[in-house]
Amino acid sequence: MSAEPNIRTLNIDGVGISARADQTILETAREHNIAIPTLCHLEGLSEVGACRLCLVEVKGARRLLPACVTRVEEGMEVTTHTPKIDRYRTLVLELFFAERNHVCSVCVANGRCELQSLALTLGMTHVELPYQYPQLPVDASHPRFTVDHNRCVLCTRCVRVCSEIEGANTWGVMGRGAQSLVITDLKEPWGQSETCTSCGKCVQVCPTGALFEKTGATSKVRKHPEFLPYLRIMREGE
Amino acid sequence: MNAEELQQIAAAAEEERGKFDYEVNVCMGTSCLAQHSDGIRDAIEKEAEGCGKRCHARRTGCMGPCAAGPMVLVEPAGILYGHVHEADAKEIVASLGAEPVARLDPQLGSYFEGQHFRVLENVGHIDPEKVDEYVARGGYEALLKGLTEMTPAAVIEQISKSGLRGRGGGGYPTGLKWDTVARVKGAQKYVICNGDEGDPGAFMDRSVLESDPQRVIEGMTIAAYAIGASKGYIYVRAEYPLAVQRLTVALREARRRGFLGYGICETTFNFDIDIRLGAGAFVCGEETALIASIEGKRGSPRPRPPYPAVSGLWGDPTLINNVETFANVAPIIRNGGEWFASMGTARSKGTKVFALTGRIRRTGLVEVPMGMTLRQIIFGIGGGVPDGRKFKAVQTGGPSGGCLPEEHLDLSISYDALISAGSMMGSGGMIVMDDTSCMVSVARFFMEFCMTESCGKCIPCRAGTVQMYELLSKICRGEATRRDLDQLTELCEVVGATSLCGLGQTAPNPVLSTLRYFRHEYLAHIDEKRCPAGVCQCGPPPRQADLTGTQGAAVEVHA
Repeated sequence: MSAEPNIRTLNIDGVGISARADQTILETAREHNIAIPTLCHLEGLSEVGACRLCLVEVKGARRLLPACVTRVEEGMEVTTHTPKIDRYRTLVLELFFAERNHVCSVCVANGRCELQSLALTLGMTHVELPYQYPQLPVDASHPRFTVDHNRCVLCTRCVRVCSEIEGANTWGVMGRGAQSLVITDLKEPWGQSETCTSCGKCVQVCPTGALFEKTGATSKVRKHPEFLPYLRIMREGE
Repeated sequence: MNAEELQQIAAAAEEERGKFDYEVNVCMGTSCLAQHSDGIRDAIEKEAEGCGKRCHARRTGCMGPCAAGPMVLVEPAGILYGHVHEADAKEIVASLGAEPVARLDPQLGSYFEGQHFRVLENVGHIDPEKVDEYVARGGYEALLKGLTEMTPAAVIEQISKSGLRGRGGGGYPTGLKWDTVARVKGAQKYVICNGDEGDPGAFMDRSVLESDPQRVIEGMTIAAYAIGASKGYIYVRAEYPLAVQRLTVALREARRRGFLGYGICETTFNFDIDIRLGAGAFVCGEETALIASIEGKRGSPRPRPPYPAVSGLWGDPTLINNVETFANVAPIIRNGGEWFASMGTARSKGTKVFALTGRIRRTGLVEVPMGMTLRQIIFGIGGGVPDGRKFKAVQTGGPSGGCLPEEHLDLSISYDALISAGSMMGSGGMIVMDDTSCMVSVARFFMEFCMTESCGKCIPCRAGTVQMYELLSKICRGEATRRDLDQLTELCEVVGATSLCGLGQTAPNPVLSTLRYFRHEYLAHIDEKRCPAGVCQCGPPPRQADLTGTQGAAVEVHA
């Protein structure tokens, strides 16, 4: 099979790159060690383009485009970092922090949190926007896992992994706007969910301390989302 | 159905009309119906029977001047009555063939001057539930012409030539959209009519669906023929029960007459339409969210591309147009694209329906040629601001639009002119404000709307609107600083640039446009802790002692 017609050449941050036509800007950039921050994206899951952190500048495009869903095109000129984009990303990150009760010092994921890491890499030293301090519940009814809505960033990775990989469709989103909440079944306590298989995939893919395993010490909370691409490849191979 | 049969239906309807000397058309739009216009019609019918006059009391759709409702139109004399009560039925019937009842003159002044009815050409003249009355006024001629005399490409050519642009707000060229969907290969294609009108103060689509549903059905059927679709959906808000009811009847009637279904107009073309009800989410007016909603999923938008033209409903090529866009289709096919393009400005053709509301003397539905100035609409047709107050601003385009001040009153209405002035055409809501409105409060109102209507999928819209709303509230309370204003401006920029769909991208517009034209009001709130319009409670709240005193005084007065 000839692969030539499916190859696109483009330019990311001044570097000439070739990629397959079905690849996104994000995939291509990461293959070439060009860093684009992401939060809702996770290799092995479908893309939703919700966190807006991977927005990049594409020459000729009217707006900034999300790198995770934008396919490469011939002759595309992409810029991943400009002072303007960096400023936008920092403010978007601030919005994440101020939205719910993200207090790192008392979080199980402290030190292993993707949101925290993003703040460090993007240089977000403090949050200027006022914290909203919403009153949100913690559901610890499941024997092995806990969901703490105070730490949730609504990336919907748990929803996607549950539907696309496990096939249980336990997780969903209810409400709208700032009142959105990830829920199990029809907002039943997680422990009483009849669809949940307790596979724990949702916990492994959660980027923050919203979903975590009940262990003795918080320092033991480690997440391993790297099983996903492996699982995908194994399944496709069948 | 062929041309002869169409003529027969029209002739039969004409003959039916010939049985009467007079026609009394009573408005049965939501606004007039709320004032019991159905009772007025019954009373007129009863009265006419009693005195032996050959008079037909007809249910019709919205005639426009809603503020003067309930409206009654007497034909063939063409006399319009306003503020009619059931008790007036006797007088109206007695006046048939004699002098009109002067007492019931709606005092509309120049309301109809400069208006030009294309979309609304049938309102006030036909019963929206009777397909034959629509046919009698030239309805379905365009469908027959399109199906039997034109190729799909020729239909699209006429639409392109007409220069019609999407009436839902974006203003995307309709011909180009149709052409794109027509070119995409696919065994199954869909046509969707977006009737999820949700802008505060807008009721154009509702009125069109309530008054002339067959026109929308005809437009959709022609579109389906042009792009090769066999299935259509009308997505309409559940908050419009009357529109849903009339549409249901209209679809049934259209099927009965063979304008929908298998082998339409004796051709091999099949098409049918179903209604889907929205569950009251503003974001479902966004096309990808609307599609998700029809599919039975959570109504949240997805990134485009792929556009619905390529991958829409259930992954198939889909054409989505607004109610008013479809309502414009039949006349274009009947009279040709050039006819349509002969009216309007260079890049905005035809007419536009506006819902004129707010602080204005004559509230109602108006249809004006593109290029008319805002002054002509507000002061000519609308009669200006009542109670001797001063005009301050007009808000167009709903929560995605902006507020235009007095110096822009001579702006000619067109998609591009409105956008360059910092507002937008939107679906056609036009809210007039006088000097009793505080522009910061207005901006806050629209931000609150966007905040509660955000679907919550992307962070800038979900959390950014909350932050902006709180900053605006802070300004209204007189507690904000210049630093807050800078933060608000920055949030506007970031939310506008980074949001996923149109809702978030345009949510800052009301703030940006008021900041552009009414910055002094923001500054008065911030620097002087004063609301120039006297709307906001600025400064510290009154002390408890003062409050008790006032309450005591109030009690004394009432006692």
